Amino acid sequence: MTSEEPAQHDIKNAILLLGCPEVPVQMAIALYMAHNLQKRGTEVLATGNPSVLNLLKVSDPEKHYIPKMMVLEKCIEEVVGKKRDCDLCVVFAHNDAAIQYAATMSYLLPKSRLVVIVFGRTPEVLEETITFPCEKIVDKAVHNPMQLKMKINEVFGWAVSRT
Amino acid sequence: MGCIENLKYEMILPLGASFRECREYVEKNFAEVWYVDPGSKIFDEYIIGLPPIALGLDGGKIVFPYTKPCHGTYLLRIEDADEADRVRKTARNKK
Repeated sequence: MTSEEPAQHDIKNAILLLGCPEVPVQMAIALYMAHNLQKRGTEVLATGNPSVLNLLKVSDPEKHYIPKMMVLEKCIEEVVGKKRDCDLCVVFAHNDAAIQYAATMSYLLPKSRLVVIVFGRTPEVLEETITFPCEKIVDKAVHNPMQLKMKINEVFGWAVSRT
Repeated sequence: MGCIENLKYEMILPLGASFRECREYVEKNFAEVWYVDPGSKIFDEYIIGLPPIALGLDGGKIVFPYTKPCHGTYLLRIEDADEADRVRKTARNKK
């Protein structure tokens, strides 16, 4: 197995639920996770508000990393209507609102693996408010995504890249 | 705020209140409290948050949390007798 041909895993589809885009690391980590999930055979859907989706569209104009995007309200509608589910749901949270979206996905998708990435300036405060079942990846990351990337690699068993 | 923005609403708590503070406010300040789960609809908008989500009713007025990714949770009051009756028929009065 080479670094270009990672082992396929059993996550068939994933939802990346992005929060408010005001913290820079979110965009970098979202693209990094989409890339790593896709090259292992996972179909990735990114969802968020129009601002965050526009950031993704500009960052990935040919949709190499995130081919599918959906406005958050539409995604919630499809999940509520049982038209959409996923093996993995990753929620990016640097504020209380995103924690509430994670709680919502925990309730609506009880069989999915839920990973909440808690970041920003005070992630430990936010982490304490999580009272629903999920895996948490917590890092005080605002501008520098490297430590958070390493923690994500550990949780998902991805090879550590030096780049 | 989607279609809710087009309704006549009052903001009960200042912007920046947490979802938990909104729930505590409703439970402490309203005699008639109903509960719904996330994904329920109020005024045709999906309600987001840790279940059970507390709604306060005062006659035809509904007080409910409305969460948006960048703005946080608003605790809003909107008067609509039909929607208040719908809540009474579809929500539960215990957590």
